[in-house]
Amino acid sequence: MIIKVLGPGCTNCKNLERVTREALAELGMDAQVEKVEDYPAIAAYGVMSTPGLVIDDTVVVSGRVPKRAEVKDLIAAAAGG
Amino acid sequence: MSQVVEHIPSTRGGQVLTLVGAAAAWIGLYELNEHVWDWLLFGALGLDPAHRTAETIHFFLYDTAKITLLLIGIIFIVTVLRSYMSVERTRALLGGKREGVGNVMAAALGVVTPFCSCSAVPAFIGFVAAGVPLGVTMSFLIASPLVNEIAIGMLFSLFGLKVTIVYILAGLVVAIVAGWIIGRVRPERWVEPFVFETKLGGQAIDPAAGLTMDQRIQMGIEEVISILRKIWPYLLIGIGLGAVIHGWVPTDFFTTYAGPGSSFGVVIAVAIGIPLYSNAAGIMPMVQALYEKGLPMGTLLAFMMAVVALSLPEMILLRRVLKPQLLVLFIGVVGASIVAIGYLFNALLA
Repeated sequence: MIIKVLGPGCTNCKNLERVTREALAELGMDAQVEKVEDYPAIAAYGVMSTPGLVIDDTVVVSGRVPKRAEVKDLIAAAAGG
Repeated sequence: MSQVVEHIPSTRGGQVLTLVGAAAAWIGLYELNEHVWDWLLFGALGLDPAHRTAETIHFFLYDTAKITLLLIGIIFIVTVLRSYMSVERTRALLGGKREGVGNVMAAALGVVTPFCSCSAVPAFIGFVAAGVPLGVTMSFLIASPLVNEIAIGMLFSLFGLKVTIVYILAGLVVAIVAGWIIGRVRPERWVEPFVFETKLGGQAIDPAAGLTMDQRIQMGIEEVISILRKIWPYLLIGIGLGAVIHGWVPTDFFTTYAGPGSSFGVVIAVAIGIPLYSNAAGIMPMVQALYEKGLPMGTLLAFMMAVVALSLPEMILLRRVLKPQLLVLFIGVVGASIVAIGYLFNALLA
């Protein structure tokens, strides 16, 4: 599983990355978390409101920082399906 | 703070009770504010209310508490309401619109769409890739910070309905006119080429869709915390300057240089305001204190618009997608529109 956090380095982008890593740790999963800070690359995902969360090339969240529990659900759903 | 957030009850009745309780606590604090400082400074500490320093300190503490409370209330309500809108929806509404109608719609949508200046670049690329004309995109980017919820809420609380409506209309006119003018000069040649080469892939998701009420309330609370965290230094400096102007600057000081009779007052105010980076909340206490000292409303509104519409950090961000020529044109057209609005209001409101 490849998880990407889209955002140019704003506070919310860092928060989302932290929440994502915490969610992975709680799930006991070891996935790769990449930061995407390049604007064309962010836009290429169709994301216009940062931060964005991408799991295996599918945008699952954009424009807000979800709670840890929600990120866990999203990761679990992607891993199960 | 996150503990508090986790404890919001998810039942509808619980949500309503929590919100009603929070509103009651807010009103109580707002009403108590002046009495608390009266009691503490002039009662418990025995300071003389007629003394300038004591009065300035009182003004500072009272204003800090009042403006913080106003911001908490305004940001929370606006964020929850705006969570039903998104940049994605706005783009869909603007796609295929002609200039003219498009500029008007973009300016109006700029007011109601939740938008953080940190998303200005991806939003710009997204708009252009979806075929929204550049001038229309500019109208959106100008209106969004200019007519923002904090400016509107604070103006309404401190100056009343008339000034607020004047400000909103003026801000919309600046955004529509400036965007339309920029659209007239074939601005495409001054956009960095990578913007047009970016291919939109993936399935964009709409951040406004499918949120529960709990999530919207949580977004409101987080937005309050994140904005207050970001702007508190500007807020304290602004209120401090406001308190000093209120207590120490003689009434005729500013009016001599920038009063109703001064022909360059508006130009000077806008020139000072453009590079200044502050939040609408940070400069409002200063604007209020300057108004008390007799500065004309049009000059003050122009100053405020210049501060919130144009700032150095935003220009640095926009430089990623705009070539210097277009950036200079952008600053020039928006600045000139604001100056014109300032003079118009000084003439109308005098």
